[in-house]
Amino acid sequence: MGKEKTKGGLNMYSEILMDHFTNPRNVGEIKDADAVANVGNVVCGDTMRIYIKVKDDIIEDIKFKTFGCGAAIASSSIATEMVKGKTLDEALKITNKEIADALGGLPPAKVHCSVMAADAIKKAIEQYREKTKEN
Amino acid sequence: MQIKKKGKHIITSSIEHHAVLDACKFLEKQGFEVTYLPVTPEGIVRVEDFKEALREDTILATVMHVNNEVGTIQPVEEIGNICREKGILFHVDAVQSFGKIPVNVDDLNADLLSVSAHKIYGPKGVGCLYIRRGTKIQNLLHGGGQERKKRPGTENVAGIVGFGVAAELAIKEMKEDSDKLTKLRDKLINGLMERISDVKLNGHPTKRICNNVNVSFKYVEGESLLLSLDMKGIEASSGSACTSGSLEPSHVLQAMGVPYEFIHGSVRMTLGRDNTEEDINYVLEVFPEIVERLREMSPLYQ
Repeated sequence: MGKEKTKGGLNMYSEILMDHFTNPRNVGEIKDADAVANVGNVVCGDTMRIYIKVKDDIIEDIKFKTFGCGAAIASSSIATEMVKGKTLDEALKITNKEIADALGGLPPAKVHCSVMAADAIKKAIEQYREKTKEN
Repeated sequence: MQIKKKGKHIITSSIEHHAVLDACKFLEKQGFEVTYLPVTPEGIVRVEDFKEALREDTILATVMHVNNEVGTIQPVEEIGNICREKGILFHVDAVQSFGKIPVNVDDLNADLLSVSAHKIYGPKGVGCLYIRRGTKIQNLLHGGGQERKKRPGTENVAGIVGFGVAAELAIKEMKEDSDKLTKLRDKLINGLMERISDVKLNGHPTKRICNNVNVSFKYVEGESLLLSLDMKGIEASSGSACTSGSLEPSHVLQAMGVPYEFIHGSVRMTLGRDNTEEDINYVLEVFPEIVERLREMSPLYQ
């Protein structure tokens, strides 16, 4: 058994992606989150949960928990990093393509992971806006 | 096809390798009818189900000796007996069993049996099909006298010789290798079950080929496990949807009725003759922390 790792994670992921998989940013929970959004389901094999804390229309804090492949975990990680400190409107503009590009590209079969991350952020923001409208 | 006049029904199992399943799907398009036998939760075909599936017009049965994903040993001997009694052609996919457990075409009552060289440390790109004397099969290709015209073309002599030597060695060292690997296999399986919670062994604990370990970890996804193992120098594979190019989870684990949350967290580790007890200790040492890290990230794990 060789103890050398395959270059770039099973030869299909970029170094940036592997860095986010190995050292994910913003992983965890926010106990008093302003919104919590779940996307995906267990049957398809990817589930993402995003927690956001909003102050003055700005994403003050964001955390994620993801059950999924390397690309799903890395997409969650980099997406949370991209929107942290941004206004809600700015955050809503982030596309899955930008997430995939920031990761140094994704294999075609993994593009849906970046879609999930973008969707999860959108869903959390919508949930927050829905909630604040009521109050 | 000549055989269609005799009957058009074929029996196989739902856990065959795609090499067999896709051939059956092709034959369905040609007008044959195929029964895909279910399996037990441990991944074994029931002989009773085979008997029930038999029809007047059954002409061919094809069942694997050992499953490639979960390592289960199938009751091919009993199925072969039934086929012989009923005059049904019987093909055995022995790719995973040959060189690890005894494979005897007479004991199995096999009319046809296939083996691959690369599974027994032989060269890639060579295999063999045993054809019992008197079994008529169509020519695969046309245009030459080689391989009794069945598969004409200039022979891959280096491959054939390599395969022959590999087969000789495999048989000679079978007992020793399989005793050693069975011990390592059980040490690995038991060690993982002891050290990690919510683990499920896929397949049968004892009706299992010596080199196969297939376990599922709840709350974690297989590809993340593979990536993490890879970074530690451990090569494995998974039945999760994310690791397959088609994004379809393993048809074998699905046929066994393994719940989705366990299918996605499945990992297969195949042992080889070069593996040592230290290798197993190393895997057992790093595995729990890998699972723990991924579970901490998982929204399904509380």
